[in-house]
Amino acid sequence: MSDQTHMHAEHDLAPGDEEQHSVGVRILGYVVGLVLALLLTATSFFIAGTDLVWQPSIPVALIVLAIAQMGVHLVFFLHITTGPDNTNNVLALAFGLLVVFLVVGGTVWIMAHLNANMPPMDQIMRMQ
Amino acid sequence: MSMTATAGRAHADPHHIGVVIEHPGPASKRIVTAYGFWVFLLSDIVMFSCFFAAYAVLSGQTAGGPKGSEIFEQGNVAIETVCLLLSSFTCGMASIAADVRNRFWFYLGMAATCVLGLIFLAIEFREFADLVARGYGPSRSAFLTAFFSLVGCHGLHVSAGVLWLLTMMAQVFAKGFRADVLRRMICFALFWHALDIIWVGVFSVVYLLGSGV
Repeated sequence: MSDQTHMHAEHDLAPGDEEQHSVGVRILGYVVGLVLALLLTATSFFIAGTDLVWQPSIPVALIVLAIAQMGVHLVFFLHITTGPDNTNNVLALAFGLLVVFLVVGGTVWIMAHLNANMPPMDQIMRMQ
Repeated sequence: MSMTATAGRAHADPHHIGVVIEHPGPASKRIVTAYGFWVFLLSDIVMFSCFFAAYAVLSGQTAGGPKGSEIFEQGNVAIETVCLLLSSFTCGMASIAADVRNRFWFYLGMAATCVLGLIFLAIEFREFADLVARGYGPSRSAFLTAFFSLVGCHGLHVSAGVLWLLTMMAQVFAKGFRADVLRRMICFALFWHALDIIWVGVFSVVYLLGSGV
């Protein structure tokens, strides 16, 4: 492809850009991503409504499937790879994920403990 | 020819540990623009994570109103999911067409993305209107507030994405595949794919996990 849109290997790659491939290979990448994502989506919807698996495992399975599908999207659609030309993109992603886990994990953790340690609201009202 | 030579060297020592290379200078505008937009997208994802955290905390606080399992229709959600997934694929096809400067496939890919995005928005709008008509609006309970703000925020992003998509088609029509138009196109593709990633979280956490509550 033209040198205007794609940098050669010595440079970094822009997020979303691929290394130089023919059009056929690039389309194949998107097809593989689409098929994998559809499979994972179908599994999620199936698992959520089925009686075939141990029920307490369903939330964990759904979260694992969601994370797997996000990974598929990142690799096949956003072309975030582990290659040396992608280091900056991966580092930014890692920092974003750190903040996401701090926010979500911290919130759920603290609020669950607050719920466990506080009496229900109507009891507090009666104490006043 | 020189390209394959540098590529070969980069492959042998990808992180340039052994050799002191000549400083290549500032990155190209395409890399700087796309990287900056990537950082913005990550901050957008951080903002969504706050809505997700609020939903996770409040999903049980129904205040006597409906629970998630009583209002979610999984058939609709499945159609929405497939629409958004296919639109991500057609958006990828449009970006490839833009890179090889093929107008026909670019317009076709973008038009398909637009139609799929509009179908998604129509289904979501109908779901919201139906809930509000039944008295289950965002003010009914903390659970519904968290639900409407999270899913509605994603829907607003998709609406903005559709407007951006139409702008890109108009720009390619008026200006052709100029370097600045192609930079906007790569940012749009990143935006659209990131929205699909957020939707994966929405349908898993809100609709599928929320139905079990």
